[in-house]
Amino acid sequence: MNNLSDTNIFDFSKITGPIHDFLMGFLPSWATVTVECLLIGVGLLLAYALLALFYIYFERKVCAAFQCRLGPNRVGPWGLLQSFADMFKILIKELISLNHTDKFLFALAPYLVIIASMLCFAVLPWGYGLQIINFNIGIFFLVACSSIGVLGILLAGWSSNNKYTLIGALRSGAQMVSYELSIGLCVVTMVCLAGSMNITDIVMAQENTWFILKGHVAAWIAFIIYLIAGTAETNRGPFDLPEAESELTAGYHTEYSGIHFGFFYLAEYLNLFIVAGVATLLFFGGWMPFHITGWDGFNTVMNYIPTPIWFIGKAIALSFVIIWFKWTFPRLRIDQLLTLEWKYLLPINLFNLALMVCIITFGWHF
Amino acid sequence: MANIQEKIAFLFPQAAFTVDGNDILQVSVDEKDWHALAESLKNDADLAMDYLVTIAGMDWVDALGCVYYFMSTRHNTMCSVRVQAADRDNPYIHSVADLWRVAELYEREVYDFFGIVFIDNPDMRRLFLSIDWKGFPLRKDYDDSPAINPPSTDNERQTDYTNVYHLEDGKVVKTEREIFHKDDFVINIGPQHPATHGVLRFRTAVDGETIKKIDVYMGYIHRGVEKLCESLQYQQTLHFMDRLDYFSGQIYHHGLCLVYEKAAGIEVSRRAQVIRVMMDELSRIASHCLFIGTYCMDLGATTMLFYTLRVREQILDIFEKTCGARMTFNYACIGGVMQDLAPDFAQDVKALLEVLPANIKEYNKIFTGNVIAKGRMEGVGKLSREDAISYAITGPSGRASDWACDMRKLRPYSIYSELDFEEVTRTEGDSMARFKVRMDEMVQSAKILAQLVDNIPDGEYLVKVPKVLKLPKGQWFQLVEGCRGAFGVYLESDGTTKPYRLKIAPPCLPLAGVVDHITQGSKIADLITIGGSLDYIVPDMDR
Repeated sequence: MNNLSDTNIFDFSKITGPIHDFLMGFLPSWATVTVECLLIGVGLLLAYALLALFYIYFERKVCAAFQCRLGPNRVGPWGLLQSFADMFKILIKELISLNHTDKFLFALAPYLVIIASMLCFAVLPWGYGLQIINFNIGIFFLVACSSIGVLGILLAGWSSNNKYTLIGALRSGAQMVSYELSIGLCVVTMVCLAGSMNITDIVMAQENTWFILKGHVAAWIAFIIYLIAGTAETNRGPFDLPEAESELTAGYHTEYSGIHFGFFYLAEYLNLFIVAGVATLLFFGGWMPFHITGWDGFNTVMNYIPTPIWFIGKAIALSFVIIWFKWTFPRLRIDQLLTLEWKYLLPINLFNLALMVCIITFGWHF
Repeated sequence: MANIQEKIAFLFPQAAFTVDGNDILQVSVDEKDWHALAESLKNDADLAMDYLVTIAGMDWVDALGCVYYFMSTRHNTMCSVRVQAADRDNPYIHSVADLWRVAELYEREVYDFFGIVFIDNPDMRRLFLSIDWKGFPLRKDYDDSPAINPPSTDNERQTDYTNVYHLEDGKVVKTEREIFHKDDFVINIGPQHPATHGVLRFRTAVDGETIKKIDVYMGYIHRGVEKLCESLQYQQTLHFMDRLDYFSGQIYHHGLCLVYEKAAGIEVSRRAQVIRVMMDELSRIASHCLFIGTYCMDLGATTMLFYTLRVREQILDIFEKTCGARMTFNYACIGGVMQDLAPDFAQDVKALLEVLPANIKEYNKIFTGNVIAKGRMEGVGKLSREDAISYAITGPSGRASDWACDMRKLRPYSIYSELDFEEVTRTEGDSMARFKVRMDEMVQSAKILAQLVDNIPDGEYLVKVPKVLKLPKGQWFQLVEGCRGAFGVYLESDGTTKPYRLKIAPPCLPLAGVVDHITQGSKIADLITIGGSLDYIVPDMDR
């Protein structure tokens, strides 16, 4: 499978492999796995936090640019430390406990949300040889994990014992269940093209051409639907009904404070990254550098750029588009939201799946 | 006017006729004839007084009563009716809420301030004051001692019931009526809520996301402006006008000045008139800009706010140069305006007129044509022309329902009759129409400004007026076109230096009153769309 070994793409297993061998040298294998899990866990958490901070800064700057403002510019050079300051503020804030709430579920909800997003985060294709768990249903696992998030939101809305949060949660439930379908079908469409649910295999299948080019019409349709459904899945504008500020104040997390609120906030930004990351994986080759068949010199130059940079760069570029949506469009109404999904996106998606199957069967793709 | 008098005299020979200071016919009738007269006023084809402008509660010391002002949208005529309640200790007047829907709200206000009970009004609660308030503050014998109404530290008191009063054998009988059913899922939207644009509260009964009923609570920023005015000299009452609809401050000032100047017989110089009109139109553009921005923000398009604020800032800068303030200008005053124009006023206005068309084009490009915006606004909150008149929805919201209710055209004041501008009306009556009317009105206001900016005559900006103004006995009523609709001032003077009664008829009170009517069956999100498109300002309705 590993036909990239003769190219100059840096294989990160050259770093991780020796560490593994080193640990195996003096530890039993169960201990090795434990130590590695710890290391990876710490690394992921760090990456998670840093990315979230970056995203908060990024969104604020982008939004400011759209609105003819400067954005954060006081804390640190170009306001770079603003999100750090925000994070520390939220960490030291009091967790306000409310009467008449279901205390256990109320406290559990933010953890469910953040765990769901962390699990998804773990299976993203970070780079060549940087796949954390490489198993045969990777993308399926990702879709499954992302669905846990809605549970947390529903719990948050229900356990707060507040009418606003309840409506927010119900909206969110309806929205997520609906748009999960679209996301699932888009994923299925692209999995058909890849021929595998293994994340590494999906990336490898795009070595020569990214799926967005290879699958042409069907892939474009799937991409557009994915982008719409992904935006809805992350509860971002124009689909931010669950937390529609002007209607429900803050929707399902109205009653949360301190770090519990911070978890929702972080998860929302990281979900943005995850949605963009999955789009990158399915349509833009994951960490795969941009290759043009036959242009060997060009391909070699592209290969010199480390694969994590490719992945994160693509994901950020796609999240920019999603941020762009938010700061341009007004919000949909709940019935319009559901109409869009069930009457338009879903039928188109089913048709598109059939189209993709035809394309693959008759070999119409590039 | 003569026709109206003949007609009413024919139908009600016992009615007495006078004329107020603005040449509006005043009819005085007994309470027992009042409802019959009201029916004739509304339904008679020659009278057709279908627009109830305001109800001013009155305390004439020997009796309590009301002054009603009507306008006919068919004949463009006005008349007023004065009705006295027979018994001061137990005052009642028949309600006209069955004829004019807006009366329901107006009568609640009168009840709140004067304690006059309106027979058969379906909702006879207090409107602004809390339900356990003691006394009726606008009565002349009201005791305002804090011992009687101490500042409350308890939670707000509320009830799910309202009172209805009937007349049985000459006796007033009180019955209770339920507002919300026990099983209703009632959400509280407001008083602190981003979409109510101020401290307004909607108790909303919903079925899932669908609205069943809305009960509006007002009075959170009721400051008793009308009561305060009664103890202040005429000049001192002016500055309150900036604090009602704070975007129409210039226009409201203008309106009140017109009343006082008419009453005192003061002629204002041409220069001051032109300045006033220019300020009015500038604030209209600024107000509509803010409307567009905040409305888009209500719908989730935050970025638009910043685009519209750019133009608004430019106008506020112009104001600041001349008036020294950006919000509470206190500019127009009796006899003219406070200060002369800043030297580069004309130049600044021209610069504004230059950038405005491009900006309006940009707003349309970003928002008006957007498919989501269309989906959210078109067909949402439809208000028919009849309902708009019956609920007294004036201003851009009324014009969106095809009711040509621009007071600058109907009852031209100042120099508006000489100016060339069009009254923008639309026929759809939905939220989109209300949005577009405001967009088009900015163009018309710019047109007025363009006509005036090069023609500001020389002369004095303020004529000499006595330091302490004393107005003769009489009544005056003036309507001007505020940014949100017809702003009326009713003045009753007893010949002293202070107003005996100054009734402010704001456009926003009816706007809040119609919310329940046009949101029924819509979604919660539509409440935001509709509320935003009506563009009410809470201090204006609360006063």
